Amino acid sequence: MKRWTRMQAVFATALIAACGGQDSGGMTPAGAVRIDGSSTVFPIAEAVAEEFQLSNPNVRVTVGVSGTGGGFKRFCAGEIEIANASRPIKESEADACRSAGVAYTELAVAWDGLSIVVNPANSFATCLTVAELRRIWSPGTTVRTWRDVRPTWPAEEIRLYGPGTDSGTFDYFTEVINGESGVSRPDFQASEDDNILVQGVAGDTYALGYFGYAYYAENAGRLKVLAIDGGAGCVEPSDTTIEDGSYAPLARPLFVYVSHAALARPEVRAYVDYLLDSASLLVPSTGYHALSAEQYGQGRAAIARVVPGGS
Amino acid sequence: MRPGRAPLGASPSAFDRARRTKGRIFAFTCAAAAFVGVASLGALLVDVIADGASRLDLAFLTGFASRFPERSGIRAALAGSVWLLVLTALISFPLSVAAAIHLEEYAPRNWVTRAIQTNIANLAGVPSIVYGILGLALFVRGLRLERSVLSGALTLSLLVMPVIIMSAQEAIRAVPSTIREAAYGLGATRWQVVRGQVLPMAMPGILTGTILALSRAVGETAPLIMVGAVGFLAFTPQSVMDPFTVLPLQIYSWISRPQEEFQPLAAAGIIVLLALLLTMNAFAIVLRNRARSGG
Repeated sequence: MKRWTRMQAVFATALIAACGGQDSGGMTPAGAVRIDGSSTVFPIAEAVAEEFQLSNPNVRVTVGVSGTGGGFKRFCAGEIEIANASRPIKESEADACRSAGVAYTELAVAWDGLSIVVNPANSFATCLTVAELRRIWSPGTTVRTWRDVRPTWPAEEIRLYGPGTDSGTFDYFTEVINGESGVSRPDFQASEDDNILVQGVAGDTYALGYFGYAYYAENAGRLKVLAIDGGAGCVEPSDTTIEDGSYAPLARPLFVYVSHAALARPEVRAYVDYLLDSASLLVPSTGYHALSAEQYGQGRAAIARVVPGGS
Repeated sequence: MRPGRAPLGASPSAFDRARRTKGRIFAFTCAAAAFVGVASLGALLVDVIADGASRLDLAFLTGFASRFPERSGIRAALAGSVWLLVLTALISFPLSVAAAIHLEEYAPRNWVTRAIQTNIANLAGVPSIVYGILGLALFVRGLRLERSVLSGALTLSLLVMPVIIMSAQEAIRAVPSTIREAAYGLGATRWQVVRGQVLPMAMPGILTGTILALSRAVGETAPLIMVGAVGFLAFTPQSVMDPFTVLPLQIYSWISRPQEEFQPLAAAGIIVLLALLLTMNAFAIVLRNRARSGG
């Protein structure tokens, strides 16, 4: 009998601990800033949240990774204040926000370059045109070997690697290359983890893959990046060509969407101000490319039009 | 005398030798099978300790996640996992044991009981993501518990309860009916029999089942992402209504980074997760031994 009361005591203590009180507010703004969405944008959100949290200990910032689509669902349901997105909001998602009465402002926060990579042992391919990429990746394609892309290339099977269908990277690539978001040939190695794709291409002589530029930059020794010809000659992705927009069409802006209702709250306003002020400093440390100071200034102006005041 | 058996005192026959050889082969096969599990655990341990031990220090345990790998720590995820584990145990253990007692000691043997029994067995095999979707609809949105530790713990409780109920039933069934009959014979009521005889005897088995189920829960990610475990936060939960993250999610977040320097962090996170599991198991063994010696 005795050990039972002892176990009950353990449970009771734990329960009291579990129901303990919450922090009280302080001088700096208090409250919650809930962010969710693209895992591509996550490193940027994490960097900003980390720094913001240091100077605003009473604001509780959380960053989720539900994916761009999942983030917009929660955003338009009013469950979060800020949505991270690796593509602009879709018409259907905008409709959902409208019918729920959620007004918002779109802010571009960084550039990301999609890199097309092959194995370093691949000596023949150095540049692909957008039309060639489309022939490789379109649904119902007849391209099976490298020779099907260009007659001078070897008759070896192209093995394809790309992000899974839930990612914004997949949406963006298929929209730019195949003309419609989400439309792709289905027979490629898909992974939500870009490091798996890096390993796949690095270990497969006749592979071709695509993923965010940061994953190429970190693994440049194991991969060979292809230049892309979007109509104005072959351009290789680099810090310069991504930031000046010449790496078209595979350089893309990354966005955050801020709810207007939430912007009226001081903690959300403080966070967004901090984001726009510190982005040019913080974004490069995450492997992405910062926008120009003018572009962040335009973001600040857009926010000031919604809710005047703030810093 | 069975055919082939050597008469007493005679030298063993060829049949007898073959019989013994078969026995040895069987014993060796079983030992080898047991070794497979230990060997893979050993390989995993050696691998993660080699990768992560250098990053495992007090700063790692007390620091929050950071974009700088050398500054990054696991505090929020560890706290979230412990909170979730304790709450899940508090919710699922009493409910499951009560359900098992009802089914074994009280429920009449009719089709309703059989239907419940079949459903519990089926629920134990449902993929965990389904519980996540249920948790999102029921706890997060239906009961408006938000994306909180409580929603996560309730969802995990649903996930582990079928397993705990079934192992508790097994343990209760293993209590000899002569014990119950003796207690009834002395005039004990049904409640006194259950509380004084059946539960103490079944407790070691119930605890073993509980700990196995909770060990599974602590490694879950998919249902918790559905009910709102987040990728980054720099505070620990202060109440059951606070947001949270968990160890497996933090480990995955590090593994999927482009920067090589985050990989040792993931390994160190795995060591922390294993340590948490082993601590839980040790705690259960202490409880079980205590229940046994007192039973």
